[in-house]
Amino acid sequence: MALLEVRDLTVVFQRKGEEPFYAVDGVSFDVEPGQTVGLVGESGCGKSVTSLAIMGLLPKRGAKVTGTVSYDGTDLLKLSDREMRDRRGRDLGMVFQDPLSSLNPVIPIGLQVTEVLERHRGLARKEAMIEAKNLLDKVGIPDPNRRLKEYPHQLSGGMRQRALIAIALACRPKLLIADEPTTALDVTIQAQILTVMKELVQDLGTALVMITHDLGVVAGLCDEVNVLYGGKVVEKAMRHKLFAEPRHPYTHGLLASIPRLDAAPGEKLTPIKGSVADNIPWTQGCAFAPRCPNALDICFTETPAEEEQLGRLLRCHNPVVPGTPAAEEVPV
Amino acid sequence: MSETLVSVQDMKVHFPIKRGVLLDRTVGYVYAVDGVDLEIKRGETYGLVGESGCGKSTLGRAMLRLNEPTAGKMVFDGQDFSALKGEELRKMRRRIQMVFQDPLSSLDPRQSVESILIEGLRAHDLDKSKEETGKRLRELLSAVGLPTTALRKYPHEFSGGQRQRIGIARALALNPDLIVADEPVSALDVSVQAQVVNLLEELQEQFGLTYLVIAHDLAVVKHISDRVGVMYLGGLVEEATAADLYAEPLHPYTRALLSAIPVPDPVVEDRRERILLAGDLPSPANPPSGCRFHTRCPWRQATRCDTERPVLREFKPGHKVACHYAEQIRSGEIQPHEVKPILVEEEGISPDIPLVGPASVTEALNP
Repeated sequence: MALLEVRDLTVVFQRKGEEPFYAVDGVSFDVEPGQTVGLVGESGCGKSVTSLAIMGLLPKRGAKVTGTVSYDGTDLLKLSDREMRDRRGRDLGMVFQDPLSSLNPVIPIGLQVTEVLERHRGLARKEAMIEAKNLLDKVGIPDPNRRLKEYPHQLSGGMRQRALIAIALACRPKLLIADEPTTALDVTIQAQILTVMKELVQDLGTALVMITHDLGVVAGLCDEVNVLYGGKVVEKAMRHKLFAEPRHPYTHGLLASIPRLDAAPGEKLTPIKGSVADNIPWTQGCAFAPRCPNALDICFTETPAEEEQLGRLLRCHNPVVPGTPAAEEVPV
Repeated sequence: MSETLVSVQDMKVHFPIKRGVLLDRTVGYVYAVDGVDLEIKRGETYGLVGESGCGKSTLGRAMLRLNEPTAGKMVFDGQDFSALKGEELRKMRRRIQMVFQDPLSSLDPRQSVESILIEGLRAHDLDKSKEETGKRLRELLSAVGLPTTALRKYPHEFSGGQRQRIGIARALALNPDLIVADEPVSALDVSVQAQVVNLLEELQEQFGLTYLVIAHDLAVVKHISDRVGVMYLGGLVEEATAADLYAEPLHPYTRALLSAIPVPDPVVEDRRERILLAGDLPSPANPPSGCRFHTRCPWRQATRCDTERPVLREFKPGHKVACHYAEQIRSGEIQPHEVKPILVEEEGISPDIPLVGPASVTEALNP
């Protein structure tokens, strides 16, 4: 059994007098210790909501979460608030996207790190401070003793993100969920942070769920990749397979629309036409169909099922055949 | 008509740091742009890259005189743009237009698309007759790939990519020679990003535009630019054609930057050697002495690096670099070594000056 088993996770946002909105629609994946699983997709595909649902951080009112999230055999969705609070920070760590708004601006960094240590590991303040110093040292913050006394605004973006990772790691959680941990950072700082996270997975055997929109980050870090579109996983494969032969037209289109450093000069990008606003609901067919260069008539009438084909899980009626360009130049 | 459209000479932008309630003393400067020379040829795309805080946006804004430069000048099509005043300056601005990063906050939410596009035409007396203007607006919309029904709509009714198209149409409306695009695609989703990048390229061909593209994403800049300038802490450290720069980066910073970019290909990612830079960007209010990069440079040498600021020199035709040891680094004579991250001080104010000024009027009058 895997450490984290997400089965058929569905999150529905319901407002009075409005159609229910399926933010996450039957997502399933497993994470083993020492493994990194990526959730990739563009804004609005439900990747962040998935992470919040796993952590139990969605509001009780308005959001309906169904399915199972089993961590080490217990279903996290069935736990009470109190039980969940014990787990969060101890067993499950989370790193958020924007470190400035997820750190408390009026509390020094040191206190924010020791808070976790005192609450979950029962350390005394003094011991916790020493441990906090070691943690900051481990994530590469120079002069940790001084930094412990400082406030979030006194740290640079990269340092704040490191502090956030230190807090998430304080209790050596077996599972770490990172929601766009490097999106707000510069590339050289991003490289530093990704190196820190890679080492963690290798040295401590932490299971990592990496949520990002950047396929480049995924290519270097994740073992298994789930590509999300409109709340559903449209393609799930091991990373080498996914990048070498993307079969879902959406994955294929995403890769073709990214300018690459090693591309020949003068090469044109092939964008995906339209935008997420053109989606049709999954109940009517394939949400991606209106933007898809491979769309058939059946795509607009029948929802594609998630099937094991071509050595991966794929949700598509007409997958990309390798060798042929999926998309011709589309008028935009 | 000369080949050079824009020439920037020793441009400097220093923002004063002010302290004190009443007296507003200047206690230091943020050296946002500190001596930049560059030339943009007619019809080419010049890409300016660098990380946040390196001064690339400030440089772009100073060229347009949205921020007044502290020193230096920009010569636009043979005329000294920095010396223009009043009506002359306003007229010249027609020829230099800007596309901003965030398409939503740079469009007035209470103006319809028609009114947004027509505003510039009116200001420059190009709105002669109703039919002609109508025709021009339809041309503009079809050039950026929006339906004519868009004219009556408001910015909030469009998606991010479409909004950016409106921003581009607004810049095009006045038939400019130069378009300065400050992070034109960074707020957009990947699939939409490619649409806008392609659009910019098509428009350049169609209208013979010259672009200055400012961005932090090197892959985008490489794709769109003919020549690229890399900025670090207020100065250009390297300048070359896009292909040259990526094939053979000479400056240590450019090397580190290129090696840090994730490539969406696991085979490449597994093989790559990363040059990890230690620590953070130093504060531009207190830039390091000598070479600005020496505090983080893995190739730093004991002499010259921390005392003498390297000038941007021609390494080979069309490839400029600002590094004392570019030749030795290239030949492998100097090997990289480990760098300990040093603490970055946020403020560059000397400790002799008290941080807080007089707290009240009485305190100021009776010291």
